[in-house]
Amino acid sequence: MKILAGIARELIGLFVDDGMLAVALIAVIVIAAIVASLTPGTTAGVVILAGSLFVLFANVMAVPR
Amino acid sequence: MTWAIYAPAVSAAFLASLVEAIEALTIVLAVATVRGWRPAGLGAAAGLASLALIVAVLGPLLDRVPLQLLQLVIGVLLLLFGMRWLRKAILRAAGVIPLHDEAAAFAAGTAELREHRSRLDWLAGLASFKAVLLEGLEVVFIVIAVGAGRGLFLPASAGALGACGLVAIAGFILHRPLARVPENALKFAVGVMLSAFGVFWTGEGLGVAWPGADLAIVGFAGLFLLVAALAAVAVRRPVGAAP
Repeated sequence: MKILAGIARELIGLFVDDGMLAVALIAVIVIAAIVASLTPGTTAGVVILAGSLFVLFANVMAVPR
Repeated sequence: MTWAIYAPAVSAAFLASLVEAIEALTIVLAVATVRGWRPAGLGAAAGLASLALIVAVLGPLLDRVPLQLLQLVIGVLLLLFGMRWLRKAILRAAGVIPLHDEAAAFAAGTAELREHRSRLDWLAGLASFKAVLLEGLEVVFIVIAVGAGRGLFLPASAGALGACGLVAIAGFILHRPLARVPENALKFAVGVMLSAFGVFWTGEGLGVAWPGADLAIVGFAGLFLLVAALAAVAVRRPVGAAP
């Protein structure tokens, strides 16, 4: 059981290392999904791209040095 | 199909698999050094067999998932996965966190196994099994992710198998961890590529018609590379400062 729990923890860890980064990315995707449902075209794509780049930069800059 | 999407898919699968295979090899070698090749080999073989079973059982189910939903799910997971790698690679490149050291990981692995000398060999085999299974699952995910939706499973699989074969042969010949591979540079490149794929697939899943179609991935990769490089420079720790 302990081994299975360890494997499950490591599997989640494949995608989530820093909780804030994961939450921010999910928020960007949710906003993009809302935009996509309201305005067809490339606007949602711009939201995903610009949002992901901003989240990455902001997250790295927020790391204590 | 254009070369613009074919080449990044194959190279992303190859480079990412190279990193994962090196990490798995380090643990298998640590087990082999302390406990011998029998438990290390058996554990690794059991890990590979489990992986093959997972792929055989779950692989056909992918065909039943609607393409747009598959693209969205894979895109979101790729974004999470790729950005996690990229963030860590940026922080390592900037000296904020220490570089991953395969020689140190090997030393730690052998020291831990030596502490449990009285235990049965199957525990050592289990360490080898877990390493191959977990790192292998990452390889499988990457192959599915970069191959999804464009019929690129075969080239992506070939890239991944080529990397795993290369590392296995090198490990078999050298009998020590591949410490000289520039792992952080590889992770940086793979993080950029996976994040670019993640943005592309998430957009496709949401019905976005990307300008330039598949070629957009190359542009996304360029933007991620630029922002990541800027972030690495911006957070760079002064030389001599403690990590």
